[in-house]
Amino acid sequence: MASVSLEGIGKRFGATPVLQGVSLDVADGEFLALLGPSGCGKSTLLRIIAGLEGCNAGTVRLDGQDVTELPAKARNLAMVFQSYALYPHMTVRRNIAAPLELRRLSAWRRPPLPGALLPSARAIRAGIAAEVAQVAESLGLSALLDRRPAQLSGGQRQRVALARAMVRRPAAFLMDEPLSNLDARLRGEAREEIVALQRRLGATVIYVTHDQAEAMAMADRVAVMQAGRLLQVAPPQALYDAPASLEVARFVGSPPMNILPARIGLGGRVEVEGVALPFHGPACPGPRLGVRPEAWALGAEGLPARLSRIERLGAEAILHAALAGSGTVVTVRLAPEQAAGLSPGQALHLTPRAAHLFDEEGLRRPLHATLPQHADHG
Amino acid sequence: MAEPLRRSGARPGARAEQWAAWLLGLPAFLLMWAMLLGPALAVILLSFTDWSFGEAELRWHGLGNYLELWGDRVFWVSLRNTLIYVGVSVPATVALGLLAAILIEGAGRGRGLYRALYFLPVASTLLGMALVWEFMLHPRVGFVNQVVAALGFARRDWLNDPDLALLALAAIGVWQNLGLAMVLFMAGLQAIPADLYEALALDGADGAWERFRRITWPLLGPALVFVMAIMAIRSFQVFDTVAVLTEGGPQKSTEVLLYTMVQNGFTFLRSAYGAAITAVFLAFTLALTLAQTWLLERRAHYG
Repeated sequence: MASVSLEGIGKRFGATPVLQGVSLDVADGEFLALLGPSGCGKSTLLRIIAGLEGCNAGTVRLDGQDVTELPAKARNLAMVFQSYALYPHMTVRRNIAAPLELRRLSAWRRPPLPGALLPSARAIRAGIAAEVAQVAESLGLSALLDRRPAQLSGGQRQRVALARAMVRRPAAFLMDEPLSNLDARLRGEAREEIVALQRRLGATVIYVTHDQAEAMAMADRVAVMQAGRLLQVAPPQALYDAPASLEVARFVGSPPMNILPARIGLGGRVEVEGVALPFHGPACPGPRLGVRPEAWALGAEGLPARLSRIERLGAEAILHAALAGSGTVVTVRLAPEQAAGLSPGQALHLTPRAAHLFDEEGLRRPLHATLPQHADHG
Repeated sequence: MAEPLRRSGARPGARAEQWAAWLLGLPAFLLMWAMLLGPALAVILLSFTDWSFGEAELRWHGLGNYLELWGDRVFWVSLRNTLIYVGVSVPATVALGLLAAILIEGAGRGRGLYRALYFLPVASTLLGMALVWEFMLHPRVGFVNQVVAALGFARRDWLNDPDLALLALAAIGVWQNLGLAMVLFMAGLQAIPADLYEALALDGADGAWERFRRITWPLLGPALVFVMAIMAIRSFQVFDTVAVLTEGGPQKSTEVLLYTMVQNGFTFLRSAYGAAITAVFLAFTLALTLAQTWLLERRAHYG
């Protein structure tokens, strides 16, 4: 396995820039998710790494070696496509064997040419068959080897695509939304399988997805992209706890973070809708306060709001409440027992236990919890 | 049609639905018989009579026309020439059409222009184009012979040489049908997902030959069968170039089925005999169509 390093990757389609100065280092054996909305350039970035697409600027390195100008077949990378891209006219066995045959057998040794009968070719073919059998076994595909892709279920096709990628032990795996064609239950299983596989092989994986839950659940680090730029690269928890910008904060987490226009009052005290909250931060233009749904506390003080709807999801309850001042709807995540007595129409007071401050540009600013009043007096 | 639902437990309205289905199908049913099946049946029936065009009565002649065909030297020459024409022009049209389709599909710019240029002969009147070809193939001033002479070969009288005339007509047929084959192949090529070629590149092969051999050719199978069948049927119908350029000659070397049929049916007014030739022609066309259907259904349908 190898490390992948990108430096200043730029790409334009005609006059439209799709990637602007993307730099990223993926360590050997790391599982990195490229996360972003559709059209953000994440798939293009993956294709540039794969060598399927050229770039207008920047360098791609594999284990420190510059491969920017190398064609796809010379990079020793494997890709799992969103459509799986299995060869429809070949059996599962031949699909999995294809990368080995193409690499190990010179053209004239491949069937149906006469060289296919030479002893040396036969030895190579036996080796390929053994490796195919082994990979198929490890992915539970042994019984399906003689089927065609059209005869397989979505989940099985996805595993064949994985097997075809694994069989030649590539320097790194590139995966382009490989689970998006599966139904929800299979997707959960496949997530676990891929992560287990990655750990077992110690594989370097770059995994493109637009599903933040998938990225957070699977990756060692998540790289969030938007409009052709890398916004933040961090481990999932750090991304959630300390989003570098408003865009990241909005994109990561479900339901998304509540964003409220704020004012920095005297002494740096944070106010929302005229109500002073227990935080103080630096004066900055256009301040906005971000509060995760689970960071709200219900109490006698805080922002007045009216409860409009409750979603009781079993393990948790999601409250939708309109703030009294502006009518802005905020979401609040509570444990079911905390929400037991609540009903729509009820008046509430909300106080954030934790919050993030963003300035006009959407950059995160330091925010400190104000010490409780009685502590001041004590 | 679903089986009749007349049991007591049938869904209410099922009967009315069935009537509606027949009623809605009726116009198509009538038109099919009036325009396609009826005339074909009439021709086949006619081939068992002795009718001549313009006569007031006709008599049952049994297999008489077919027995005469069996012994007719011109018919056998005509059938043989037609099969040679099909055997030469179909493979050439398919091969060149596929080549053109792949090259144009791979071209960055000017795809629309090339596609239109190659398709022009399909859209133009072959009768008019035949005049151009006659000029092109003229033994003295023709462009073809000028090229041949410039390359140091002997000039030929293409359309008046019994060994060459049929091949010259086949070449014109290829020129005319190439564009249609190309357009059909382009549709087939566009149906091949691009990520298969990308998967192949990552698997270790990105050369033109490997791409063609491993993906294009196997996935083009259904399109290939379709194009071959269409081209074979169109080649069987060769008539206008023969009628305009050679009139079946020299020495019957370009006598083909439809030309023989037209001569008998409309020049010699032996309508029943012409009908028998038409029946043979229909049998070949039907066989080709059935072969195509059988091949397409037998092939695995890749998902």
